[in-house]
Amino acid sequence: MLTKRIIPCLDVKDGRTVKGVNFVNLIDAGDPVELAKKYADQNADELVFLDISATEQKRKTLADLVQKVAQAIDIPFTVGGGISSIEDVEVLLKNGADKVSINSAAVKRPDLINELSSKFGSQCIVVAIDAKQVNGHWKVHLVGGKVPTEIDLFDWAIEVEQRGAGEILFTSMDNDGTKDGFANEALARISKEVNIPLIASGGAGNTKHFIDTFNNGKADAALAASIFHFGEVAVPELKKELKKQHIAVRL
Amino acid sequence: MKVVLIDYGAGNIKSLQFALERLGVEGVLSSNPEEIKQADKVIFPGVGEASSAMQKLKESGLDIIIPNLKNPVLGICLGMQLMCSKTEEGSTQGLNIFDVSVKRFNSDLKVPQMGWNTLEELNSPLFNNLDSGIYMYSVHSFYAALCKHTIAQTNYGIAYSSALQKDNFYGVQFHPEKSSKAGSKILTNFLEL
Repeated sequence: MLTKRIIPCLDVKDGRTVKGVNFVNLIDAGDPVELAKKYADQNADELVFLDISATEQKRKTLADLVQKVAQAIDIPFTVGGGISSIEDVEVLLKNGADKVSINSAAVKRPDLINELSSKFGSQCIVVAIDAKQVNGHWKVHLVGGKVPTEIDLFDWAIEVEQRGAGEILFTSMDNDGTKDGFANEALARISKEVNIPLIASGGAGNTKHFIDTFNNGKADAALAASIFHFGEVAVPELKKELKKQHIAVRL
Repeated sequence: MKVVLIDYGAGNIKSLQFALERLGVEGVLSSNPEEIKQADKVIFPGVGEASSAMQKLKESGLDIIIPNLKNPVLGICLGMQLMCSKTEEGSTQGLNIFDVSVKRFNSDLKVPQMGWNTLEELNSPLFNNLDSGIYMYSVHSFYAALCKHTIAQTNYGIAYSSALQKDNFYGVQFHPEKSSKAGSKILTNFLEL
């Protein structure tokens, strides 16, 4: 049986993890490679690296990092953050990334999704969607949720599937950082409207939130950052608990 | 040991090279027929779309070379699918090594199947020292049906061939190079054939 995936997300800036981590037994908690290995050893199912640096050196630094991660770990990983062209994607895949995630660039120029999926295959194109509710309607937001658009979340999810996205990573900006749980109603609706895998993001605070997003949000995978980095929820214990709740996971 | 990865411009081979590197083996990319024939082991990778990948094989004459190889060959993902007789993807004729056709998943489950699923009914030296129920990572929209060449099966709405073998030819639908320790063991088993 296909299992639900647990995906730790690492924010990187200039080749280092940021937002902090609080892991014991790590020589250098800021080293993304070491952190990635740790999660792979804990049976995390995939990893996501989100590059938030804004320097001119960004492309090269990120490519170097991707190569180091690919050398060190034997589980799939996705790279995102500021990707806006075929060249960007080519460099990352050539250095060993399994998938790339595109966000604002796809909203600004939706044809990018078609171009990338026809050149590299849908299987490696993840479209990340940030959205929050405005007057009761889910609207897509840009720049990490700061800039609202008029685009309806559900219309956009359907459109990205039609344009060739292989997977959707949905972050609810209303839930992100709250540790109050994932946006399960919106997730369940996306999951019903599209036929590609859906990753839930934003709001994870405890084990129950993961159980809820798989059962009620119909998510195929769940992503979280700080609760894993700070050891509030550990991947192995989380997966054991999910299994107890009859949710298929890889142990 | 010389391991050649068939180079036909299809697929992300970097993670495969790194996985071999972790096992202490260099995976050499090559499209040279002589180099491929003389390798100790041949890996036939591939991601992307079947008809354009097949077209590339034909342009380089590899569609004739591959089915006639005598050394152990391991097709991965699309590589495995192209070793079958035909695939629904782009109505493509395959290399016809495995006498089975490849079809699109047609159930209410999501397509592609993306993630970790179990292998059952293991029946090949490729799975030495591994037990049924091991998890492998896969990403695919098409599958090879169960057939006489099936050496492992997986269930995703339907039971399909997650691995095939005929003589010196092996094919796996999943990505051993991305499937943690168990995947690495499968690569080791292949290298030890």
